[in-house]
Amino acid sequence: MNKLSWFNVTSLTFGFAFLYMPMVILIIYSFNASKLVTVWAGFSTKWYGSLFENEAFLDAAWVTIKVAVMSSSLATILGTMAAYVLVRGGRFMGRTLFSGMIYAPLVMPEVITGLSLLLLFIGIGLDRGVLTIVLAHTTFAMCYVSVVVSSRLVSFDRSLEEAALDLGCSNFEAFRLVTLPIIAPAVISGWLLAFTLSLDDLVIASFTAGPSATTLPIKIFSAVRLGVSPEINALSTIMIAIVTVGVISASLVSKRNSLRQQKDEQAAARAT
Amino acid sequence: MQRFALIFVPYLWLLALFLVPFLIVFKISLSDVALAIPPYTPTLKDGVGPFIAALDFENFAFLTSDDLYWKAYLSSLRIALFSTLMTLMVGYPIAYGMARAPEEWRPTLMMLVILPFWTSFLIRVYAWMGILSQEGFLNQFLLWSGLISEPLTILNTTTAVYIGIVYTYVPFMILPIYAALERLDGSLIEAAEDLGCSRLKAFWLVTVPLSKNGIIAGSFLVFIPALGEFVIPSLLGGSGTLMIGKVLWEEFFNNRDWPVASAVAVILLLILIVPIILFQRNQQRQAEAEG
Repeated sequence: MNKLSWFNVTSLTFGFAFLYMPMVILIIYSFNASKLVTVWAGFSTKWYGSLFENEAFLDAAWVTIKVAVMSSSLATILGTMAAYVLVRGGRFMGRTLFSGMIYAPLVMPEVITGLSLLLLFIGIGLDRGVLTIVLAHTTFAMCYVSVVVSSRLVSFDRSLEEAALDLGCSNFEAFRLVTLPIIAPAVISGWLLAFTLSLDDLVIASFTAGPSATTLPIKIFSAVRLGVSPEINALSTIMIAIVTVGVISASLVSKRNSLRQQKDEQAAARAT
Repeated sequence: MQRFALIFVPYLWLLALFLVPFLIVFKISLSDVALAIPPYTPTLKDGVGPFIAALDFENFAFLTSDDLYWKAYLSSLRIALFSTLMTLMVGYPIAYGMARAPEEWRPTLMMLVILPFWTSFLIRVYAWMGILSQEGFLNQFLLWSGLISEPLTILNTTTAVYIGIVYTYVPFMILPIYAALERLDGSLIEAAEDLGCSRLKAFWLVTVPLSKNGIIAGSFLVFIPALGEFVIPSLLGGSGTLMIGKVLWEEFFNNRDWPVASAVAVILLLILIVPIILFQRNQQRQAEAEG
């Protein structure tokens, strides 16, 4: 069973080649000396240099990071609250509407979410800028956070919370001292998910950003509409590198943690 | 009191920033375009009575009378449907290979599928622009290998849109199918083969039906977002590729016709409700079957 047939080897090879080839080509061409992206003219890092001198890109990157940090933090708080309400909240008025509003943004086309938020902001006379993008990103990201956190909440033993309450904790203390440490991995991955969703978003940001705040995806989109550019290749390479390092180190950390946990459990089992 | 605050804060947030905006979209879809700020009429400043009296379904009538819109809806449905099928054909063998791979490889393979998912969507679509263009990587390769003598026009055609959708959404297809296949008991296939099925027949009669839930979930996860896709048709598609997400964007940003853009959004939502409800039901049934 454990030996791969030639068919499986072929499909895995072609499958992963398909997934990774475009990015590998993009990275290779970011080191191309020629301005013509498709003609190889020797190795050069000059596009990285010109990228770091491009004030517009640097400004946009700064705005993007600010928006992502603020919206993912807000989304994590709201999404965790929402998950807690959905899993532990019991019955309350409008629960169906609430869970509907949590799941709907996950499948909503971005053009509709963006349009509707823009019309709201204009309706209440809110000037478009960093604040409106943060509000918009928080709204859709909190739904993703709440899905991630609630799957963790469902799977953990409720009697632990009840024990804390019996031992004299207040509700909030029980949450802070018992629940939160247990669901922390899910909360952290929720935050990371919200952060990348915000970094990545073009459509909703385009609707809700004003002239005073341009995010990196908006900048990239308007640049690549005109065609392929070596500077964008360089920028993409940097972003791919950051994500790759982040994902690999996150998975190594979680692997180490689970190994340690296994060891602790074994030790505990031996001790009893 | 604490419980009340816990429910109230996220609830109110979603009401104000999710539900109310939709009601506004719906209301504006019934309004008329005007040369004003905001560029539609009526507004509540006109008073409630005249405000309600001025709403009508004119924009929806306009959408049905102008070919552009219903052609765009039909073509989005067609593109979403075919690209879902293509994604299934590309994704299934990968998921199958992953589920049959040695157990110690699986976490790594899994990470390799998820990694592109964390990488910027925009960048992954952009990467194909350099590959598919006239003097791009693919054409250079095909010319060099002698398979073609003239460069092919792929970028800015519907073909490029299909490639883009399959490429960016294939992880959504792989993951649920892989989850279903990994749980599949290998002895069932052996039993089928012992009972005289050929390998292909055993695959068709045992493996495929048992991974049905994964196939359904993956197909919805591709079909639903593909239908309203904007980035892929606007970067890879040409003027001949009609997709409703792009039409909505242009109606709003280029023509500045907010009421028509809102009406386009309302109809898109109505079309999406059916697959979304089917998807939710499938997920629920699966959860019940497992729990």
